[in-house]
Amino acid sequence: MTQTTDAPPVLSVRDLVVEIPTRAGILRPTDGVSYDIRRGEILGVVGESGAGKSMTGNAVIGLLDPPARIAGGEILLNGQRIDRLPRDKMRHIRGDKIGMIFQDPLTSLNPLLTIGDQLTETILEHLDVSQSKARERAIAALEEVGIPAARSRIDSYPHEFSGGMRQRVVIALALCAEPDLVIADEPTTALDVSVQAQIIALLKRLCREKGVAVMLVTHDMGVIAEAADRVAVMYAGRLVELGPVQEVVETARHPYTAGLMASTPRASLGHRRLRQIPGAMPRLNALPTGCPFHPRCDRAEEKCRQEPAPSLGACGGRAACWFPLDPGKEENAA
Amino acid sequence: MSSLISVRGLTRIFDVSKPWLNRVLERRPKAYLTAVSDVDFDVEEKTVYALVGESGSGKSTIGKIVVGLLSPSGGSVEIEGIDLSHEPDAAKVDRIRSDVQMIFQDPYASLNPRWRVRDIIVEPVSHRGGDTEGLAEKLLEQVGLSAHDASKFPHEFSGGQRQRICIARALASNPRVIVCDEPTSALDVSVQAQVLNLMSDLREELGLTYLFISHDLTVVQHMADRIGVLYLGRLVEEAPRDRLFTEPKHPYTEMLFDAAPRMDAFGREVNPPQGEIPDAINPPSGCAFHPRCPIATERCARERPEMRTIGDTRVACHLAE
Repeated sequence: MTQTTDAPPVLSVRDLVVEIPTRAGILRPTDGVSYDIRRGEILGVVGESGAGKSMTGNAVIGLLDPPARIAGGEILLNGQRIDRLPRDKMRHIRGDKIGMIFQDPLTSLNPLLTIGDQLTETILEHLDVSQSKARERAIAALEEVGIPAARSRIDSYPHEFSGGMRQRVVIALALCAEPDLVIADEPTTALDVSVQAQIIALLKRLCREKGVAVMLVTHDMGVIAEAADRVAVMYAGRLVELGPVQEVVETARHPYTAGLMASTPRASLGHRRLRQIPGAMPRLNALPTGCPFHPRCDRAEEKCRQEPAPSLGACGGRAACWFPLDPGKEENAA
Repeated sequence: MSSLISVRGLTRIFDVSKPWLNRVLERRPKAYLTAVSDVDFDVEEKTVYALVGESGSGKSTIGKIVVGLLSPSGGSVEIEGIDLSHEPDAAKVDRIRSDVQMIFQDPYASLNPRWRVRDIIVEPVSHRGGDTEGLAEKLLEQVGLSAHDASKFPHEFSGGQRQRICIARALASNPRVIVCDEPTSALDVSVQAQVLNLMSDLREELGLTYLFISHDLTVVQHMADRIGVLYLGRLVEEAPRDRLFTEPKHPYTEMLFDAAPRMDAFGREVNPPQGEIPDAINPPSGCAFHPRCPIATERCARERPEMRTIGDTRVACHLAE
């Protein structure tokens, strides 16, 4: 599908609700999440454990584990709805239009097949090429992600690669059918700092050169700051702030985002005490009324306890908060 | 100030050979992995000494040797002047053991799920026959939990709360040194901030000394007074915190700093480091970092650099000045 400048965003998520019915009631790990990702853009999705980051990603690729299900909203890929597609259609879109990179490269590769087999299998499944062409493409894909001597290493098994190299193979696998969207779920969390820098640089380069849209799910603010164009902050299944990365990091509007930034140790802050957000993320079966952040928020007022926080779109701003911080008037340290 | 922990020429070699029959059939020699090699450092009382490095650098092995969970293959660790692995007096060894406690990385794996929190916390004391009356309750309040939590089980707590329980257990025997092996790596940022603040407060209140092991440079920069950088089992650079972060002298330290993601570096185009950590069973000749080093010379491949002192930095590099 060729794209023009006024084409619809590659991925558009509208009011997505994911529900898990349990005996104790219905849980909503993702509740009313909306965002777009354009061609060649990296959208960072951050949040702490249990914020619903991965659940949102899994909903987009249609890999929710039952009984979790999409209960509302829509997901559009290049302007077409994909959230109601039957399994076999969705299976074709995965890999063809959407590539995936998971956290642990060892568990996302089949240990019994050579990486060449795994790559050609994916290419043959999604592209109409011959076996030998597929192998050539696989070698090219490995070279593209920076695996030295790709032609001789293509017949190696996953265990013969180091962690960083394995993650490169997973990236090659995600990109070999030339998808429009790549969902990278904590792609560098299991890797060392020096290898992490290599993988981030690789993702950025591929995104720029191929115009792939990337959804980068991570808990590491440093990775987001360096890689993402825009960032979406999630808390208890809701999107609390969405905006260009520099604005969100430097002048956060939502008190949770501000707290998250202040609790990250930073070189510029020196040795002084870290600011901490009291308490912990609420459990999904015991969400507080109103804004789910209010018990931990120092700006909470009666309205926050009574009424659900405004949705991002409705309040027209960046932050889903009744009383967003105004960086013009007060410092983030408020 | 006197040094509380003094590590001299510490070496630990693991036998990673295949089983005997495989070796005979495949005609393979024995294989040894040198996890820690000739490491020297001193930790002064009431300071935080941090060891940083990537996986396979030997930082956790050093931590385990310091608390006595592993014995060194060579060299010595002296705590309060007593070498645990060579001291004949059992009473002295036992005293040191209660003076050195440890906090582990994974708070889910380091608490016995079948024990009540009270029993977990007082074990280091009750094992030695000490008085445990009200101890668990007092410690729980000290680490920011409630005294009522003592009769609960570990699964009733979140990750951050479990790490507080681990800290309470480490404090039970009134230690002087706590070895913290990646204490916050398994925690979320906001919880990490709570645990780091708690550790700083306890250090001030109780006059503790920490040996802090981490791969996270920002956390190390926040916590440590003095930092040792490890690469493939060797100390490559050691300096006071501010000196290390403003003037890194070893190319590996520089590479680590450049590679670490920073929150103020929007869209930074890093020149990613070359290569990966080499195999520790067959490490490179000379300086172990030379295959990845941007300024390596022919001498680096041949000759292992000795530790040199430059100002208040100690660095093992031929070219550092």
